[in-house]
Amino acid sequence: METMFGIAVDGVAYGMILFIISVGLSVTLGLMRVVNLAHGAFAMVGGYVASYAAQEAGLPYAAALVVAVALTVLATLPLERLLYRRIYGSANELAQVLLTIGLTFVIVAGINYLFGPTLKRIPLPELLTGTVELGPKAIPAHRAFVIAAGAATLLGLWWLLERTDFGIRLRAAVDDPAMAAALGIRTERLYLATFALGTGLAALGGVLGAELLPLEPYYAIRYIVLFLAVVAVGGAGSIFGSAAAALALGIVDTAGKYLIPSFGEFFFYAALILILFRWPHGFFKGRTA
Amino acid sequence: MTSVAERDENGDSKGGSMTRRTPLGTPLAARRDLGWIGIPLVAAVGLAAFWLLPDDLALLTRIAASALFVLSLDLVLGYGGIATLGQAAMFGTGAYAAGIVAVNWNNDPFVMLAAGGLAGGLIALATGALILHARGLTLLMLTIAVGQIVQEVANKARDWTGGSDGLSGVDPAPVLGMFRFDMYGRTSYLFALAVLVVGLLVARRIVRSPFGLACRGVSEDPLRISAIGGSPKSYLVVLYGVAGVFAGVAGALTAVTSGIVGLDSAGFPWSAEALVMLVLGGTGRLYGAVIGTAAFMGIHHILAASDPFHWMGFIGLFLIGIVLFLPGGIASGLERLGGLLRGPSQNNGEDRA
Repeated sequence: METMFGIAVDGVAYGMILFIISVGLSVTLGLMRVVNLAHGAFAMVGGYVASYAAQEAGLPYAAALVVAVALTVLATLPLERLLYRRIYGSANELAQVLLTIGLTFVIVAGINYLFGPTLKRIPLPELLTGTVELGPKAIPAHRAFVIAAGAATLLGLWWLLERTDFGIRLRAAVDDPAMAAALGIRTERLYLATFALGTGLAALGGVLGAELLPLEPYYAIRYIVLFLAVVAVGGAGSIFGSAAAALALGIVDTAGKYLIPSFGEFFFYAALILILFRWPHGFFKGRTA
Repeated sequence: MTSVAERDENGDSKGGSMTRRTPLGTPLAARRDLGWIGIPLVAAVGLAAFWLLPDDLALLTRIAASALFVLSLDLVLGYGGIATLGQAAMFGTGAYAAGIVAVNWNNDPFVMLAAGGLAGGLIALATGALILHARGLTLLMLTIAVGQIVQEVANKARDWTGGSDGLSGVDPAPVLGMFRFDMYGRTSYLFALAVLVVGLLVARRIVRSPFGLACRGVSEDPLRISAIGGSPKSYLVVLYGVAGVFAGVAGALTAVTSGIVGLDSAGFPWSAEALVMLVLGGTGRLYGAVIGTAAFMGIHHILAASDPFHWMGFIGLFLIGIVLFLPGGIASGLERLGGLLRGPSQNNGEDRA
């Protein structure tokens, strides 16, 4: 019973981190049709900036979080203009994979040059180091915080996409970019804003998840498969799909590690193959084919 | 459109193709000429390297074996249009099959290659039939997942594969009973080079056969292929299986020449690296695979000696540059250069290509 509770809490927290990072990838994939393998690198950059801000510059956790997200978005916006804009669209998948792998390599090398190859930590404030009483059980405050942040992200995104003007334009552009442009929607600006949203979410997830996905230069390569898996199962462009897929994969992975550690990630990938074999467009059909 | 034009040209393969122009204005003649020279050139350069760089034979052997692996990826990607990040699944399966056969039953190098090719082909057929209906990100994820599962199974089957310690103690018998694998790696290198050249010849035969042309047709317009009575998926599955044989032989070749098989031989990074090498060289050309592998591993050898991260930064920038400025890879750059050298008067229409 105690184990089950541990699996549930850790699995949900882990799933929420996967969700926050992957949903950014899902949104950019759904709108711009770009398989962005550098998404993990953006999450890593966010984590490193927060770590630097908290440890070297001495900022409090919340301020470090904001600085990290803002700086990552600012740093990646030129990339959208210079690199990504050339490879939008599903026709040049191979160019997307290669360009973004190349970008990932450059970021990994740059991070190693600036911060060194050692593991980096983001010190948690005292508020998050204790436990939270939840009826008879107590769960670590950091896990509770992560779960709450994930839920807030989910609600915020839902509100943004379903209830705001921006969301309406975005959904129109996902459904039919040419028609949206013909109706006077400035798709280029929309792409820029969506890209910023995606990298911002990546950075947020990178900072919040530093306890679960430790920060080191190979982070960008090690976890990108995980994020892509969430998007593939959830269906590109679908927020609730990403959330459900992230939670399911997070719980499956955590349960596998707790209960049958010797099998590693076997079940994770076996489940992935089965799901994608049956539902090639994702378990929760996204807005894109 | 390329395949149709090349089929037209197949009639006069004896000569005179230099001057022949297709109405489409693409440099088919140049591509075909380099194709003919390519394989003897690989053999000649390989032999020259044997005498010129006697201290780097281990590296050269790795390059030859990896080039065969990248060649298998070229069959899948360049001719079938299947974007995959899991080709190492076949490479690793072939390497483990060869290693296990050598340790337990028969250590003749040719038996090992056959075992590797068979295992690679079988796993490619089985997984290809399962996953090739998908496209885009879904296909990428499926190929990655297959690779991870092969790696995980190899990790679990400790008794057979040595798990994370790797399978060591592979000690191949002399080639043809005459040439022992010496400690300087001379036999290894020549053996690897010979297998690579044979692989190139076979691959060239395959891509120029009706089957190869049909596969190219599938990658260009699957709907049309089914309209004229072909089955796109079955062509792709067979092509995937054939490429799996090549990848399996490449894995077995690595097992023969290095004497060890590690878990990383089936890993995601190795698949991604192969893709990078192929694209550096140029897809859909066969010899582009050799050029790309030699360039990638050669530069890696020089740069990574100081710091592996410098290497990553360099190769990353190089990749971005290739995608933005030279989408056909090094080979297309060479072809354009060759076209320029042959005389600007002939080339008016070609510079766009």
